[in-house]
Amino acid sequence: MNFTLKIWRQKDAKSKGCFKIYNVSDINSDTTFLEMLDILNNRLVLEGKEEPVAFAHDCREGICGMCGLFINGRANGPDSGVTACQLMMRKFKDGDTITVEPWRAKPFPVVKDLIVDRSAFDKILQVGGYISVNTGSAQEANTLLISQKNAEEAFDAAACIGCGACVATCKNSSAMLFVASKISHLARLPQGKIEAVERAKNMVAKMDELGFGGCSNTGACSVECPKNISLSHIAKLNREFIKAKFKK
Amino acid sequence: MTKLNSKIPEGPLDKKWDKHKLNIKLVSPANKEKLNIIVVGTGLAGSSAAASLAELGYNVKIFCFQDSPRRAHSIAAQGGINAAKNYQNDNDSVSRLFYDTIKGGDFRSREANTYRLAQLSGAIIDQSVAQGVPFARDYAGYLDNRSFGGTLVSRTFYARGQTGQQLLLGAYGALNRQIHTEKIKMFPNREMLDLVKIDGKARGIIVRNLITGKIEKYGAHAVVIASGGYANVFCLSTNAMGSNAGCIWQAYKKGAFFSNPGFVQIHPTCIPVHGEQQSKLTLMSESLRNDGRIWVPKDKTRAEKLRKSKTPASDATKISEDQRDYYLERRYPAYGNLVPRDVASRAAKERCDADFGVNASGNAVFLDFKHAIKKLGKKEIEKRYGNLFDMYYKLTADNPYEAPMQIYPAAHYTMGGSWVDYNLMTTIPGLYSIGEANFSDHGANRLGASALMQGLADGYFILPYTIGDYLANDINTPAIDINTPEFDEATKNVENRIDKLLSIDGSKTVDFFHKELYNIMWNHVGISRNKEGLKKAIALIKKLKEDFWKDLKIPKEKHTVNQELEKAGRVADFIELSELMAKDALSRNESCGGHFREDFQTDEGEALRDDSNYTYVSAWEYKGKDEEPIMHKENLIFENINLSKRSYK
Repeated sequence: MNFTLKIWRQKDAKSKGCFKIYNVSDINSDTTFLEMLDILNNRLVLEGKEEPVAFAHDCREGICGMCGLFINGRANGPDSGVTACQLMMRKFKDGDTITVEPWRAKPFPVVKDLIVDRSAFDKILQVGGYISVNTGSAQEANTLLISQKNAEEAFDAAACIGCGACVATCKNSSAMLFVASKISHLARLPQGKIEAVERAKNMVAKMDELGFGGCSNTGACSVECPKNISLSHIAKLNREFIKAKFKK
Repeated sequence: MTKLNSKIPEGPLDKKWDKHKLNIKLVSPANKEKLNIIVVGTGLAGSSAAASLAELGYNVKIFCFQDSPRRAHSIAAQGGINAAKNYQNDNDSVSRLFYDTIKGGDFRSREANTYRLAQLSGAIIDQSVAQGVPFARDYAGYLDNRSFGGTLVSRTFYARGQTGQQLLLGAYGALNRQIHTEKIKMFPNREMLDLVKIDGKARGIIVRNLITGKIEKYGAHAVVIASGGYANVFCLSTNAMGSNAGCIWQAYKKGAFFSNPGFVQIHPTCIPVHGEQQSKLTLMSESLRNDGRIWVPKDKTRAEKLRKSKTPASDATKISEDQRDYYLERRYPAYGNLVPRDVASRAAKERCDADFGVNASGNAVFLDFKHAIKKLGKKEIEKRYGNLFDMYYKLTADNPYEAPMQIYPAAHYTMGGSWVDYNLMTTIPGLYSIGEANFSDHGANRLGASALMQGLADGYFILPYTIGDYLANDINTPAIDINTPEFDEATKNVENRIDKLLSIDGSKTVDFFHKELYNIMWNHVGISRNKEGLKKAIALIKKLKEDFWKDLKIPKEKHTVNQELEKAGRVADFIELSELMAKDALSRNESCGGHFREDFQTDEGEALRDDSNYTYVSAWEYKGKDEEPIMHKENLIFENINLSKRSYK
């Protein structure tokens, strides 16, 4: 397969970026999108005229959350429920022109080319995205019974990989789905209920402080989430947040 | 001749850890606040250690090369974590988990370490549940278990096919909590490139800031390496693209002995290699072998037809039962499809080498759920393995609900690593190595669902105690000054190496050399080895190393993100380490666990161990750039179990 790539190039956070056009040929349909970029990069290195395209990636099995590209105007391209590393070139047509951009969101400044700084996500979790238990103080695991339904729903929320596709997709750059996934995960478990109020308050305040936009319930975040995290977790977040307001 | 003191406590096996804990020194809370610890790596071992140390009052600096600690490759562990809870009432116990682990490792690990691991396994589950890890539960709300390879009990706790992710997010939460209290300072986007020793003790590290390119120095009273394994020597492995051996390799060159480098785990169930453009291999969890059955056609011509077919998986559904060879069930009736990983990998290779492979390359076997779906229903299978089936479908465009998966072994985990004593300290005072980075608990083969257990046992419950024994002698040492000749020299060495890599200006990319290395290692130091092949590998690696330093081409930018430069440094380390792996494999004239020597096998093709000559851990000492390393031996003493033939028949 042959493709024309229109890729966002940006030297660093301070420089202005622009699209550049590259052609790649003889791509196997079983190749992943990132492997296709590897092939381009190996060529650019050998040509020695310009730097290869910088993009974040690590596990290449859809779980580390490091990769994330805006491909043809969609987070991680035309397939659904996948990260960029699991997007197969067979999802494109031979001869396609493919536009590749970094996540675009004010709280995620571009570091270089397709790499963005997502440390804002870590900062939100640092103010309360956990249960405050010290090592060693846990009780025997089976003394804490959790219904299968609650455990499964908590898992559904906890499956978030922190990639930022939700923020990049949202027209307001809202981080609600990301924040909701952690709040909902912990609020559904008995051991997470004790700190639920503080957690919701602190994490939402941090999210606002870091410049993420508000949620207007369009649901695009959930549609584009590579882990299919449901919008219902945002409802759970809202509920926890309102509870927090009243408890004050 | 040995300089090694494993510090294994005296006394009965089940009392050793308790006794040791009582004998090691404590550091007062006030003094802990004056002591600084560096942790490198944020996977299960690193995050759990850093959080636990900070909770105790130590000041911790933690580093990772990814943009966030949550991305460490523990996140990708799928199937589960073992613990001797005996919740299923199937006669499990600490002793049984201990025995299974020792036997699984083919009697090449320490009794005392392995027993301690089994003892601590239950507390890990308690801790993780308290953190909110959403383990699978039964209808009444109790924790559920499943079986894994190499055991006859159900002791594996799991969170769908994402157990590593959930456990890591638990440890990451604990880490975040301490970052918030400022007891931990987090340094993402940093790669450790050298260890700094002062007066023989580990006192700091040199890192490259991967965003700015700046070389930075950090000092501490002790350094903990938790950087994972080195299976990425094989560029087509299940490891992450950035997984590297840098930390343990720099430590080796500074005097930390390297143990059992040749012990590599090849995982039997990965999606097979599909072509030249591939960058990594994707694991399909071992848990699939609970319900999936592995087979190839009985008839060679049938297999050949499949290899020529464009749709081998759907063609396979037409092959009748009597024409299928469920070769694991045939060869190992007691354990069947749940034999340990090394046994399953070798058996797959054996069938494929004998021309029974079922995809175009001839390197694939079937993993079939037909019977399980018939027995349990599609819905139940979906519940158990839905995410794995979906992933398989996305990657291969074959639907495993309708036709069998195709799988083949791939490099996955390394049992070898830094030599450590019972306190998890390396041969450099003040340098610790935990999790996959050390060699300690898995012998020559690790059982499934035991890596998560070991990483967390080391981080939550062992290191936080044992490090005090060392630091108690350091309470009067002020904060380590980084403006010393030792730090300057290490910085200079790092800068020189980077400049050298940048200045080669040859004609081949890093990926080219990594793939060349893969071909050498996979063919000669992979699933099976032999004397001639290993000698050949050593010669080929030497040649590759020369070519690398003569003909590498990477972009010249130094003060910015340069991912090719990062890769180049890692591959340079891998090439050197590969040579040691081959030497280690050549020195061990026996077959044990993942180390299978074709020249040492039984008539039935099973591993032939040599207990009278090889019941030891190798520990290699670096002697300089062009010098041969020296192998020391730590003899393994078995007081509690009999060395038996490891049989799964």
